[in-house]
Amino acid sequence: MSIVDRQLACKPTDYKSDVKPVWCPGCGDYHVLMSFTRAFAQLGVPPEQIAVISGIGCSSRIPAYTSCYGFHGVHGRSLALAAGLKVTRPDLTVVVASGDGDGYSIGGNHFLHACRRNVDMTYVVMDNHIYGMTKGQPSPTTEPEFDTAMSPGGTGLRPFHPLVIALASGANFIARCFSGEPNQTADILLEAIKHPGFSFVEILSPCVTFRPDEKEWKNLVHPAPVAATNDPARAARRIMTDDGFNIGVLYRGDRRPYSPEICSETIDPSELEKEFEQ
Amino acid sequence: MKETPSLSVAIAGSGGAGALTVGNLLLEAASAAGWQGLLTRTVGPQIRGGEAAALLRLAAGPVESMADRFDLLIGIDWLNANRFGPEIELGPDSLVIGDPRGGEKPAVIDKAGARFVEIPMKDMAKAITDGRPNMIALGIAGKLLGMSEELLSDLLQKQLAGKGQLAIESSRAGLKAGFAAAADLVLGLRLAPPKPTSAQRWLASGNETTALGAIRGGVRFAAAYPITPATEILEWLAPNLPRVNGTLLQAEDELAAINMIIGASFGGTPSLTATSGPGLSLMIEALGLATASEIPVVVIDVMRGGPSTGIPTKSEQADLNIAIYGLHGDAPHLVLAPQSVADCLFTTQWATYLAETLQTPAIVLSDQFVGQARAAIDRPADVAFIGRRTRATEFAEGYKRYALAAGGVSPMAIPGTPGGQYTADGLTHTERGIPTSSAADHQAQLDKRQDKLQQFVYGDHWATIEGDGDLAIITWGSLTGAAREAIGRAASDGVDVALIAPRLLSPIQPEAFAAALKGKSRVLIVEQTHGAQFYHYLRAHYDLPASVRVLNRPGPLTIKPGEIHRAIMEWSA
Repeated sequence: MSIVDRQLACKPTDYKSDVKPVWCPGCGDYHVLMSFTRAFAQLGVPPEQIAVISGIGCSSRIPAYTSCYGFHGVHGRSLALAAGLKVTRPDLTVVVASGDGDGYSIGGNHFLHACRRNVDMTYVVMDNHIYGMTKGQPSPTTEPEFDTAMSPGGTGLRPFHPLVIALASGANFIARCFSGEPNQTADILLEAIKHPGFSFVEILSPCVTFRPDEKEWKNLVHPAPVAATNDPARAARRIMTDDGFNIGVLYRGDRRPYSPEICSETIDPSELEKEFEQ
Repeated sequence: MKETPSLSVAIAGSGGAGALTVGNLLLEAASAAGWQGLLTRTVGPQIRGGEAAALLRLAAGPVESMADRFDLLIGIDWLNANRFGPEIELGPDSLVIGDPRGGEKPAVIDKAGARFVEIPMKDMAKAITDGRPNMIALGIAGKLLGMSEELLSDLLQKQLAGKGQLAIESSRAGLKAGFAAAADLVLGLRLAPPKPTSAQRWLASGNETTALGAIRGGVRFAAAYPITPATEILEWLAPNLPRVNGTLLQAEDELAAINMIIGASFGGTPSLTATSGPGLSLMIEALGLATASEIPVVVIDVMRGGPSTGIPTKSEQADLNIAIYGLHGDAPHLVLAPQSVADCLFTTQWATYLAETLQTPAIVLSDQFVGQARAAIDRPADVAFIGRRTRATEFAEGYKRYALAAGGVSPMAIPGTPGGQYTADGLTHTERGIPTSSAADHQAQLDKRQDKLQQFVYGDHWATIEGDGDLAIITWGSLTGAAREAIGRAASDGVDVALIAPRLLSPIQPEAFAAALKGKSRVLIVEQTHGAQFYHYLRAHYDLPASVRVLNRPGPLTIKPGEIHRAIMEWSA
């Protein structure tokens, strides 16, 4: 994008790259990409001031489809990479894109600690309850009875509950969206980006190839019946007892975001050697 | 009394007895008097508690290895001291001082035929209010090493300033009692007077000079997970990075640490992590990412005994293979190794500069011996290497982040720069950074990454090359000092031996190596590994003379100058 174009920015198309997505037809992630670009346009921050960071998986292809700076890293480590970037470059808007396998399984530990660390960035997980890129193995959010080649007859395991875990670990903003509602998702993403500290947005994004049953999600989702709370105990109760299809902002915390220690007076590096001098 | 160029003293005691404090004070006093010195500590595998010993070698000039034998051993007590037997080698000329109430005298003392003298340090300390036996030991050692009581007393005042007057007085009384108790003792050796120098004297550990070298090279962000024996690098950086506008993050694990620094470096900040073998194993995947996405990072691996958890508190050089060959795929990157406490500064600074210049990861292979050794050294010279990566600031339509530029280094856009937007990727990508599975793109990008490392001119810093003779010792890392000393002894015996110690292990330097080997018909390879990893590395990449011998063994006992000297003389007989 040239400088002239940039001045005309703030249209969603200005945040889209010319790279053609590899996603299957009908994939929910197309709508998530649309929500990203709409949210960025509403934010009004030029693309070069935004960094979209990801790991591995269908969802993690998003950075290259935006016209922002991006990093498509290794499996499960996007939050760590993003934290290093944001801590050293607080001037940038940092958004992390992940999937349920990338973020909750191999990246599970980083998820806990990113919530704890509370660096001011936004974590978006496109959850389709399946590993799509490797063709249909169970993920941490797959239902126990769901039959796959790697788990004949189902895993029998209790699915991971990312929102409660985020809350318990200290995330500062928690929302659930549905990819089929790109405008609402864009609004929530925008709010999440603006919210100080670590914000977590779970987007239900159907995998129509390996989970055709998820086409039904559009009939199951519904707006969260009550407004967002800043009381973690109340939020936990609601999230634990809802049906998994409540859409909206569920928790807005007020923890102070992480900021690195800053010395009031910095010195020339050569001064540091004084402690070795005898 | 015989004059000697170096004197070695060990102070042993159970954990908490203060043996290490005595070692540090002796090193500082010797340094203030103009000597140089090297202090290592030996502790059990438990890191805290148990037994501990300070191993100190003082010398008139630079000292980069431990001596073959200890001239003086003071046992504050002998609890578990038998475990140190192999590390504190004694001879018939050694003097051992023990406390009659310090437990059973270790058998190794009698076996070595060492002279043994009893001094009741515990009883003497009891006669002093708040007295501690280690201060008596300090006095005894100070007297026998020919140090000034006044100097040691001043140091105590300085060190204990925060602990109140009583602590200072009781320590000084202990010191005095120790001097008095040793008044009639003779060590039989006198340390040669220090060589006059105008250089500023430094007291620092290898881990500390490593950290300073990184900052001098431009590092302003560090993320790491604590691990022995690398932790001191992080503990030094934590308060000091903010003073130069930098930041340190403690990561939840090594996987996070390496990815954090990749993220920070992507944002334009030269970044570092420090770890040891088990942590390096965990970081390898992301090191491949940094290689493929051409993000500079510096990883300090302070090697310890391996494999697995191995021996965390002891030294080895056995991470060589993983550092050079551990990355999957064809992933050229930099591997460097410092050769002494002072060289930790230079090598890390140079590594930072190279990583930034070549936009690739650099692994610095330090080890427990050099990392945790505390040394009195002349201030290392200033070097000009400051990492400055080639940045892209002006962009044509469709900026090619991974352009196949001459020399292989393509200008990097830093986030925030308008028009430079690209996605850094570990997937095989086109010049623009777009994922591809095209054979031509794959080949082109692999060539690019290899070319930029191979075409760079590394200059004379790639290795330490000294001396003449048809026999050369090839060694690396912290064994360089021991090899140099062995070569010095061989020279006194009339045998000329050359030294070749590569500081840059990867990429290989075939032409420079061939030049260094010119005229050599025999090489002796010296390394601290069980599997002779360095020998196999040399065999794989360089033409060696027909006659090759290897002196290799695993840690934790370091290879001493005497062993190398013996190997030289056996071959030259």
